[in-house]
Amino acid sequence: MEPFTILTSIAVPLDRSNVDTDAIIPKQFLKKIERTGFGKHLFHEWRYIDYEGMHENPDFILNKPPFRKAKILLARDNFGCGSSREHAPWALYDYGFRCIIAPSFADIFYNNCIKNGILPVTLKADEMDELFAVAAFGGSGLIAVDLDKQVVGAASKKFAFQIEAFNKECLLRGLDQIGWTLQHAGKIDAFEAAIAVSKPWLK
Amino acid sequence: MGKTMYQKIWDAHLVHDGEGTASLLYVDRHLVHEVTSPQAFEGLRATGRKVRCPQKTFATMDHNVPTRSRDLASTNEISRAQLDQLKKNCDAFGIKCFDLNDDDQGVVHIIGPELGITQPGMIIVCGDSHTATHGALGALAFGIGTSEVEHVLATQTLQQKPSKTMLININGRIADGVTSKDIILYVIGMIGTAGATGYIIEYAGDVIRGMSMEGRMTICNMSIEAGARAGMIAPDDKTFTYLQGRDHSPKGDHWVKAVTYWKTLASDRDASFDKVVDIKAEAILPQVTWGTSPGQVTAVNSQVPDPAQFKDPAEKTAAINALRYMGLEPGRKITDIKIDVVFIGSCTNGRIEDLRAAAAVIKGKKVAAGVQALIVPGSGRVKRYAEREGLDKIFTDAGCEWRYAGCSMCLAMNDDQLTPGQRCASTSNRNFEGRQGPGGRTHLMSPEMAAAAAVTGHITDIREFIKRG
Repeated sequence: MEPFTILTSIAVPLDRSNVDTDAIIPKQFLKKIERTGFGKHLFHEWRYIDYEGMHENPDFILNKPPFRKAKILLARDNFGCGSSREHAPWALYDYGFRCIIAPSFADIFYNNCIKNGILPVTLKADEMDELFAVAAFGGSGLIAVDLDKQVVGAASKKFAFQIEAFNKECLLRGLDQIGWTLQHAGKIDAFEAAIAVSKPWLK
Repeated sequence: MGKTMYQKIWDAHLVHDGEGTASLLYVDRHLVHEVTSPQAFEGLRATGRKVRCPQKTFATMDHNVPTRSRDLASTNEISRAQLDQLKKNCDAFGIKCFDLNDDDQGVVHIIGPELGITQPGMIIVCGDSHTATHGALGALAFGIGTSEVEHVLATQTLQQKPSKTMLININGRIADGVTSKDIILYVIGMIGTAGATGYIIEYAGDVIRGMSMEGRMTICNMSIEAGARAGMIAPDDKTFTYLQGRDHSPKGDHWVKAVTYWKTLASDRDASFDKVVDIKAEAILPQVTWGTSPGQVTAVNSQVPDPAQFKDPAEKTAAINALRYMGLEPGRKITDIKIDVVFIGSCTNGRIEDLRAAAAVIKGKKVAAGVQALIVPGSGRVKRYAEREGLDKIFTDAGCEWRYAGCSMCLAMNDDQLTPGQRCASTSNRNFEGRQGPGGRTHLMSPEMAAAAAVTGHITDIREFIKRG
């Protein structure tokens, strides 16, 4: 996993709340058995006017020229709700997004982002309004996200954000979390030995 | 201070205490399906890791399976590749797989309880957000992403931090025509689709105690639609009676030991919750969604709301977008909404009691002209029980299609899909844009009301329908 340190990019202002994972990656594209290649179908039903995805919808914000290269996505409340499909962060990452900033995220989606090198940043609604205003400038509306300092900078403003220490460490170092857990393999063995005695029906 | 059921289960599964950062919890049962697992197995292969406890892992084919027949040739190449891959992965790693040839294949959240794989006090995970269903038996059960599926396969543990707890008490007398589906839709409408984000919900109160096990499963199933990763209900004698004698339930001496332990799981009387919500059952009427989010829900005897009446600007915008997508205008009576398709099934409402309830409504009547009605049992076992009771005959005599088990039109990954603009009375759990097929429009409701809609061709108040006879 690629480490996340500092990211400076223009941002796509997606002015919607309750963006669900069905909207992020519709189910007809969940049949692949690899992790890659989902970016083309990100926001498929909003991004294209045809089912096959041959013709872009020019009105959709992602298709407007200044926003095409953005690595930061701005959205409103409860981003990533619905299905637990990790294809959603895979699609966002494959498309090129590295950071999503919203007032709130659905739990499972938030975890799925962390595990895939995408930084989910939670800011207050009024701070989001200021970022949306900056992002509206398109090519000149740069936003800087510094994970180590836990701060988002836009225009002359700086907004601090919270992230759990372990999640921060994983993103900063691009950690393999299974590797981390297996350091505790001895404790897992001991736990299994204990429940084999105390709860024998669970074997 | 006493402990909540959530806290008790957490404590009993703590392998490593992260003290504020990630803790490691032991996973008792891991359920796997074809859509969210292939990349996890690929990850194991790439790193040379094994499945730590194949005997605690169960796989089924559900999301992507054909329901017209069990013939994989009837499905497309990519779907088939995904189903084949699950079988190959299970064979290679020694995992039991309920494939299409298995009599007990079915929707993962139907077969877990049905086979007794799901038991009180367990931690159960699955790469699917409706895993909360299993909480109805007093388990802590929640959905995980594919990276976590790989993590559980490799380590039988999960990195977690504690959630907040919410107690939802539902007391009082349930009105006629109101089902567990109406109750959970009402709860979601009341607290909002993000109302329980960051929380684990425990449902309690007379109404929950009086409810069947399957009704409780419908309640816990849709916890995620209120934002909660898990919903749970304290196990009681009903739970134990439900589990006794099932294929994977403890037997003999183990059964006695297990029940003794299960009786200690309920939240202590003096346990404290981060939030408590009290609901009067009398206030709940049969519910129908009008929008594209499960929280956009109202009573069946009311009207499509006017977005102008929403105070919150985000809710107002969402309502405007939803009505545009749904092709509805404010003020239309809900019961004047005509439907094209009826879908009865899913992990929310695909169990035998759901099919019995729908069959009782539809018995001796005919599906309205121009309406397609799909009845999709949640599992092979539900299908067999229904056929033994003659429910299949009631449905097919009425003009419904009687299908094989699968997720089917709940998420329309197989060929059971709405066409653009088609409107569906559905017993499933999500009414998102395009969920049941691109451009399709979904109204969520109970099996009884979906069956009534099949007969009348429009959304129907089940109370009026029964009165008319």
